[in-house]
Amino acid sequence: MTSALLEVNGVTLQYKTPRHLVTATYRVDFSVYQGDRYVILGPSGCGKSTLLKAVGGFMAPVEGTIRIRGHEVRAPGPDRMMVFQEFEQLMPWKTVFQNVLFPMKVTRKFSRTEAVARANAAIEKVKLSEFRDIFPHMLSGGMKMRVAIARAMALEPDILLMDEPFAALDALTRRTMQQELLALWDQLRFTVLFVTHSIEEAILVGSRILVLSPHPGRVRAELDADGFNFGNIDRSEFGAMSKRIHTLLFDDDAKRPAERVSA
Amino acid sequence: MNGVRQEADASDAQRPEFERELIDSGVIGDIERPLSLAERVLNNETFQRFVILFVLVAVWEGYARWLNNSLLFPSFTETVQTFGHDLRNGVLINRTITSLRTLAIGYACGLVLATLFTTFAVASNIGTRILSTFTAMFNPLPAIALLPLALIWFGLGTPSLVFVIIHSVLWAVALNTLIGFRSVPETLRMSGRNVGLKGARYVGLILIPAAFPSILAGLKIGWAFAWRTLVAAELVFGVSARSGGIGWYIFEARNDLDTPTVFSGLLTVILIGLVVESVIFRAIENRTVNLWGMQR
Repeated sequence: MTSALLEVNGVTLQYKTPRHLVTATYRVDFSVYQGDRYVILGPSGCGKSTLLKAVGGFMAPVEGTIRIRGHEVRAPGPDRMMVFQEFEQLMPWKTVFQNVLFPMKVTRKFSRTEAVARANAAIEKVKLSEFRDIFPHMLSGGMKMRVAIARAMALEPDILLMDEPFAALDALTRRTMQQELLALWDQLRFTVLFVTHSIEEAILVGSRILVLSPHPGRVRAELDADGFNFGNIDRSEFGAMSKRIHTLLFDDDAKRPAERVSA
Repeated sequence: MNGVRQEADASDAQRPEFERELIDSGVIGDIERPLSLAERVLNNETFQRFVILFVLVAVWEGYARWLNNSLLFPSFTETVQTFGHDLRNGVLINRTITSLRTLAIGYACGLVLATLFTTFAVASNIGTRILSTFTAMFNPLPAIALLPLALIWFGLGTPSLVFVIIHSVLWAVALNTLIGFRSVPETLRMSGRNVGLKGARYVGLILIPAAFPSILAGLKIGWAFAWRTLVAAELVFGVSARSGGIGWYIFEARNDLDTPTVFSGLLTVILIGLVVESVIFRAIENRTVNLWGMQR
């Protein structure tokens, strides 16, 4: 077995609100390998987004380590490109093309001509070539998300970090975006770490699923979901997987009020 | 409850499902049609403004003719004649240039200081406290109230004017810029830091453009404050060195009881305000915040 691309060891994360010290995750371990579609699944408030931010380098763990290719994560960096849930992640003062070009320009990872070619190719891949010179405020939510994905992928990061990227989209657009993401992965085989609170999305998008318990987030299970896709969404195995995850998340529900998870 | 439910069930049974072919929508004609020239002219903002101005001028002219006392209220034609005359003999142009030069110096210094203040405020918490305290103290203080003090410190002349202009620009711009920086969405900040931006590049490439609507609003307010303050200051102590500004032009005319010239001076002040506001700032807005959809 090759060594892991991303190793998270015993990570405890805490943050301060004006009144409380909140423990978001407690001693979480997991490893992401090259080419994984690794999904972190958990109910709201299980610290999954906080965990992703820590991998992104935006906050430091209280204990434990996060290593990417063996190097400890200390600060944000372009080797871990983030795609956020909010549409404001695009720079409104730049066109679609300039937005996609921007990270390559500031990091100087590619030469000018190469960066332009890569930006155009990435925009083409997310089917936005027609809208290349348009400003983000004229795009729909789904299109903005495509730009954000194109921008992150054009830079060719070691790992793509996606924080509930489709949560703010309507159900039909979300479905299309999930299919498009999988199609892109089929072409490019990038590594992605994907956070979601939807069991269905986790099974569809993920090849591995890390199930986190409610507050504070602790590892409940790691499951293999490679065989599931839009082709077998109506099969009984899919339903069984979904039920299994549901049980993992809520089996001690009898003792406590349920935390809502949308399927 | 139960009765309603049963009724609903009954009506459901009477409604069979169906699918149908889409009907042809071509028969309703063009879906879009260009507006006629008249419609476009009437909707044009510039046109509407001209109509308002025209009515205003007509009322002015009518009242002045009825009053027939050019010492109290000169007519529009009289004002325009004086304006044209002073424009041709260069008096008005010289006065205006003197004023605008002083204004430019003061405005530029104010902006530099505002930049320093906000940089400091963004960099540290104590900086933010200092700036917000200073702004709360000095922003309500009319710049013109500092003029007597400025005259004691810097004497009669441009430095005093520049001092009061700086005071009127600095706080408005610094406050708006700081508010703008603070309201930059967290996600946008994170996506900037994600690609490794730090320090000055982060401020220049992310914070300033993201806060631009607010910064521009500050620049506009600063300009208006500065222009008012300057004209007022010139009225108070008049001439600086050899050539006075537009305020001095008005003051002189008042001393001579030459009301048409006072009016022509006021007209100049208004015209410059209009040009800066609706030509210069409008052009900047159209090329930035309006284009980016950050303001409508």
